[in-house]
Amino acid sequence: MKAKDTAQQWTAAINEVTIGAKSSEGGTRGKTVTIGGAKTIPWLGYEGPVGRRPTIAVEVRDAGAEAWPEELRKQYGSVLKDPAAWARRAIELGADLVCLRLSGTHPDMGNRSADEAAATVKAVLKAVEVPLIIWGCGVEDKDNTVLPKCSEAVKGENCLLGSITQKNYRTLVAAALADGHKLIAESPLDINIAKQTNILAHDVGFPLENLVIFPTTAALGYGFEYVYSIMERSRLAGLGGDRLLMQPVLCDVGTEAWRAKEATAGEESLPGFGPAPERGVLWETLTATNYLQAGADLLIMRHPQAVAAVRKAIDRLCAPAKG
Amino acid sequence: MYVIGERINGMFQDVRKAIRKRDQGIVQDLARRQLAAGAQALDLNVGPASAKPIEAMLWLVETVRAVADAPLCIDSPKFEVQEQVIPRVPGPKIINSTKADEADLERFMALAVEHNASLVGLTIDQAGVPASAEKRVEMGAMIASKALEKGLPMERLFIDPIILPVNVAPQQPGNVLLALAQLKLLADPPPHLVLGLSNVSQNCSNRELVNRTYLVMALAAGMDSAIMDPLDTELMNAAITTELLQGKTIYCDSFLDAHKMRSQDRKS
Repeated sequence: MKAKDTAQQWTAAINEVTIGAKSSEGGTRGKTVTIGGAKTIPWLGYEGPVGRRPTIAVEVRDAGAEAWPEELRKQYGSVLKDPAAWARRAIELGADLVCLRLSGTHPDMGNRSADEAAATVKAVLKAVEVPLIIWGCGVEDKDNTVLPKCSEAVKGENCLLGSITQKNYRTLVAAALADGHKLIAESPLDINIAKQTNILAHDVGFPLENLVIFPTTAALGYGFEYVYSIMERSRLAGLGGDRLLMQPVLCDVGTEAWRAKEATAGEESLPGFGPAPERGVLWETLTATNYLQAGADLLIMRHPQAVAAVRKAIDRLCAPAKG
Repeated sequence: MYVIGERINGMFQDVRKAIRKRDQGIVQDLARRQLAAGAQALDLNVGPASAKPIEAMLWLVETVRAVADAPLCIDSPKFEVQEQVIPRVPGPKIINSTKADEADLERFMALAVEHNASLVGLTIDQAGVPASAEKRVEMGAMIASKALEKGLPMERLFIDPIILPVNVAPQQPGNVLLALAQLKLLADPPPHLVLGLSNVSQNCSNRELVNRTYLVMALAAGMDSAIMDPLDTELMNAAITTELLQGKTIYCDSFLDAHKMRSQDRKS
């Protein structure tokens, strides 16, 4: 008697989201990036297509890098002062996208104006060929003046703008609809709010297929498992047909990993933890590779060696099966 | 749950008139509205008073197919009608229904298998509607094993353990719940379990309340499908909420609206 085939057939696939627009599509990008598309549990290739190759965006900031750990600043040197140069450096590191964080627009970190931010966005766009993620400072009122201006400045480029939340979404949705961009839908470690944010965006006319879910990210040791479980539940629901959880997912790895004490503290304060520079790289690398197991489609990263290590891991995950 | 819209039935005055006058508009409107309200399939019943049931049924099929691709549930206990209609239904279809006796099962199942249709099997035999849960389960088991024998997959089999009106058969709702729980264990994967929900409140007061309450009880007992009125919003909301409470969907504040986004038949 033949053993029952236990392979599971999922009724739905995770959405595919394309970021960036080539000249034939109204933009100026040399290439576009498409994320998502899994039709099975992460990496269970024998049950179905595992989806698009996970992508890495390298983080670029318009301000605030002075506060970054020494180990990170050392990697970049003077480009930290020039977002366009920094973006070019990101390409050298093998970034699939550039994630431009407009921290300088934060009222406490320079309070740069919407016009200044838009100028930075255009400069970064011009400096590289890859698609762009544009993320605000996180202060709602400020983002609601800055991001629409930036959105308009890169109209037609099909950027990924961040972020909308359950409480603050109308302004950015309107801008993204008007200027043809994709959106990051952010929720605070709460799967119910993740669904609700998506349905709110949908109700004001934004297509569910143009959203990327950001469930908030936690580094290894700082709540990683909780985020993993949310990503896992979301992915299972999406594969089972829940249109509100069918979106690809992004993880903000660099920011969270380098906030951890374990990433930077010297061996004197963490005896037995090994030397600090390597430790920081590992903290970021492992946070990223473990999120790949939860189905992360887009990783935002910082340290060049972590980027290299994660790319190698992705290469191996995506290599065709032997035998 | 799998909702089969009950509204296109000649028992209702508007449908009876529409069939008699061959007025497509009324029937098509009911088809669209039921699907928009969340029905996944549409029951078609020419009503007890129809002079030419086969012709009338074929007209209903043609009328509804012009506006909907959803599965059509051909509601007639007569094999002669099913035999003539089923081969001429384009797209997905459900034979509703056969009784649980050997001769009927034999020919109805052959028809279902030959025309790639689904089949509703009632737990009724020559002796009539069973009183006990046990008798229902026995007949259900017979229907399921016949399906296995004939090559009808469980995904295409619906077993209906027959709900009777609570005013005339006060023990029956409880017995049906017991039967549902046991019928679910018949096979893996189990056959679908369906009820003609509105029957529980036939000639009772507060029909919607009775239907809605029993729907929740039956879903909890293992029913996964019903022939019911999708235009009864509170009934549909009760179904959605029950599935949420069963852990079948993840909560969000707009969980009722969220469900409406799930099932959308494009053509309708």
